Amino acid sequence: MSDLVCNDLCMTFTAPGNGAVVEALKNINFTLKKGELLSVLGPSGCGKTTLLNMVAGFLNPSSGDLQLGDNTITGPGVERGMVFQQGALFEWLTVSKNVDFGLRMKNMPAADRKKLVDKWLDIVGLAGFGDTPTYQLSGGMQQRVALARCLVNDPDLILMDEPLGALDALTREKMQSLILELWKETGKTIIIITHSVEEALLLGQRLFVMAPRPGRIHKEYRLDFAAEGLKQSLRDIKQKDDFAKVREEILTMIWDMEEEIMGGV
Amino acid sequence: MFEWISYHRSGIAAVVILGLVITLLWSIYHGVKTARIREKEQVFGDPERTTGGWYWAVCGVATILLLWFYYSWGMARAYFPKAANELCQIAKVHESLSPIVAQLPIGSRYFKSTDLVVRNNEQLDDIEASFPVDAFSAQEEKQIRGIITQTRSLIAVYSNPDSIEAATVSSLSMIVNDINGLTDRIKSGSAGLIPTEAALAQSPWGVTPEEIPMLPMTPRGVMFDGIAQDVTKISKEFLTLRNMPDAANQLIKNTRADIKLVKDNLENTSAGDDVIDIRQSYMKSVERVFKRLDDGMIFPANTLDDVNTSVAVMIDEINAAKGGLGIIDALFMPGAGVVKTRTICIEQGSSRWLPKPTDVIATFSTLANPNIEEGGGFKGTRLLWFKWLPISDVVGFFVPDSLVDILPGSYGKHDDVGRFVPTYKDHMLAFAKGEVYMGSIPMLDGHIWDSLFRVLVAMSFGIMLGVPLGIYMGVSRFFKSFFDPMIELYRPVPPLAWAPLILTIFGIQDDGKIFLLFMVAFAIMVISARTGASGTQLSKIRASHSLGASNRQILRHVILPNALPEILTGVRIAIGVCWGTLVAAEMLAGTTGVGFIENVARTVSDYELIWVTILIMGLLGLMFDLMMRKLISILIPWRGKG
Repeated sequence: MSDLVCNDLCMTFTAPGNGAVVEALKNINFTLKKGELLSVLGPSGCGKTTLLNMVAGFLNPSSGDLQLGDNTITGPGVERGMVFQQGALFEWLTVSKNVDFGLRMKNMPAADRKKLVDKWLDIVGLAGFGDTPTYQLSGGMQQRVALARCLVNDPDLILMDEPLGALDALTREKMQSLILELWKETGKTIIIITHSVEEALLLGQRLFVMAPRPGRIHKEYRLDFAAEGLKQSLRDIKQKDDFAKVREEILTMIWDMEEEIMGGV
Repeated sequence: MFEWISYHRSGIAAVVILGLVITLLWSIYHGVKTARIREKEQVFGDPERTTGGWYWAVCGVATILLLWFYYSWGMARAYFPKAANELCQIAKVHESLSPIVAQLPIGSRYFKSTDLVVRNNEQLDDIEASFPVDAFSAQEEKQIRGIITQTRSLIAVYSNPDSIEAATVSSLSMIVNDINGLTDRIKSGSAGLIPTEAALAQSPWGVTPEEIPMLPMTPRGVMFDGIAQDVTKISKEFLTLRNMPDAANQLIKNTRADIKLVKDNLENTSAGDDVIDIRQSYMKSVERVFKRLDDGMIFPANTLDDVNTSVAVMIDEINAAKGGLGIIDALFMPGAGVVKTRTICIEQGSSRWLPKPTDVIATFSTLANPNIEEGGGFKGTRLLWFKWLPISDVVGFFVPDSLVDILPGSYGKHDDVGRFVPTYKDHMLAFAKGEVYMGSIPMLDGHIWDSLFRVLVAMSFGIMLGVPLGIYMGVSRFFKSFFDPMIELYRPVPPLAWAPLILTIFGIQDDGKIFLLFMVAFAIMVISARTGASGTQLSKIRASHSLGASNRQILRHVILPNALPEILTGVRIAIGVCWGTLVAAEMLAGTTGVGFIENVARTVSDYELIWVTILIMGLLGLMFDLMMRKLISILIPWRGKG
């Protein structure tokens, strides 16, 4: 089983100027089962991006460890795909070349690559855009390319760092549905970091609300909205009373945290 | 064909100038019209307002060319091809008149006599005031003051109209008569005069190296040429005139005797050497003033009035006879106009250092002619052509002879009967040495190619070595810190400061220049590649790590393409700087190249050639840059859009 297990994870930074020690994360413990969809929310500075970077292997923990299946995470790996806020596409390559980047690095034969790339472009709704330069795409389409580029590598775990943050409301809603569909069809484990409470509720099968100073998991929810979202429109779900109730609860929670930070300054 | 074009260059210029004026007016009209239409499309400051507008580029080019034609007197030559020849004849008259005019107020405000009187009187005053009483006895003082008084009265005698001799007066009036006669001749015009055949056979203005034809080619020119000859005679006569009345002769004789008397006794004193020095130098200054006055060059003012008036009238008449020529001179020949020196007429003005566009093209055509026997090329090398390069030469250059030594077997020996039968190894050696003929390939040749070759070789070495180093410096702490001091230390030194050293070490031929240019290109390429590599977005690097790329793959597939815009900008800058450095290096040393041509042209003040080389360099630089811009837009269409 390739579950993600997080054991007593701590991360401290030393500020470059005065040498003050900042506890970005402290004693994080959780287990994410294969196929679970986790969304992480929290006020700015609560360490959610740090957590994601550590799972991706870009940062090494100060203490504690992260395990994916039987392996301890020590660096970036192809089994953990990452989708960035701005897409981070290679603008010198066309859409299909971007998507098959990982496959080319693995020296997969061209014919197999083409088959996979075409399949994934079709899934993310970009069939026929293979030869388009990426700088000619809109923001939403660029994010679709980034998704396809990540998924074509068949990772066990997909990490998304505010993937829809830079998109307009309509595109955002479409992309949310796309993510849910991909989750359902591939059964991948997904971690999404987001600023939007609604997005976290809609996409999160599990949801962590994190708190700052030191960065920690403040509260965990288990929700059914993601499963419902696969059957009905996301807009209908947002209208539901229980959705609104949880949303207000979390908003108040985050609001209080922000107040606390501001008051502390 | 070429001869015909060369001979008719002024006519061709006339057509070209007309075309330019029409183009200029049309482009202004079109530009203003378009501006009026598009005015509302963008607000002021919108970068879109600078796009397009090729008609203004046409306007700018036409303006530059017209200014060039104008200031090089190209317009004057195109539309008034005979003007310079006629003005040359008038210049001859002025040159002949100049000795007379120099003595008169019309030439220099005062009579020369007036100047002499004023200057000598002033000096006499000074000398008298500074008389060294201690150095002379009372007796001597009396003698010396007498000499000064006599010198003053000499000036007075010269200036007295009553004492002037009758012969001098009649000579002066004859001169006045002659000048008035010439004035009348100018007034009566040039009817009936015909230029000689020799004059008409001259090449037109600007075709020969002498530029302006000397012999008069028009009736008016013939008239002025004749006047000039007569004026020369009158001038000669005028210059022999002296004002030497008897009274003056007597005064000069007496004063000379007095001066001798004093001078003979200068050392007859009991005082020391220093006093003797004072006595001698004082007498020397007294004598100097006297000697300037003993040649009869001062005339009474009113005796010269008539000459002054007659010359003034004559010059007025010359200007009147010039007619339209005067306007052409003033409008189309910026500068002092046509001037006659001792033997030739020259263009005195901006056209002295700014050759006419047509002449520049003619010089360029000669230079570009690949046939050296016909006088093409420069110093035995063509400008840009091709030659047949034997392939064996290339092989001989690239394949080292020692490679053959490694082959198995041995070289041949002469046998018992004194023959030599080459083995296969001997054949291989001949091949490696480039002695086996294998046909030829066409290869570029000439001054321009030599310059280009140096730049291209240096650039390719600079790119091949500089880009990898720069990229590693962009990603590695060791590479950055280890190489940074070296590169940053030599880079700020102007390349030409290295030149003397490099040329000494590597020689003045290609090696030295190529190395110098390599140094320039290398530093620029390292810095641009480094900037490009270190500017890669972290998220892209992280994404490629997550996609399973190895470090080497990230360098090749992410960092290199990401740095490509910076690298190409670096290439563009490096080519420009290399080009500038090369020309300067060629001016320092060498026997081929565009800079070499200019250096030779400089030493012989061949302005046309200098301008030709400047234009060649400018056009080649422009070509490089346009090519690089095109290359950049093809290779990195994503630039500024990532």
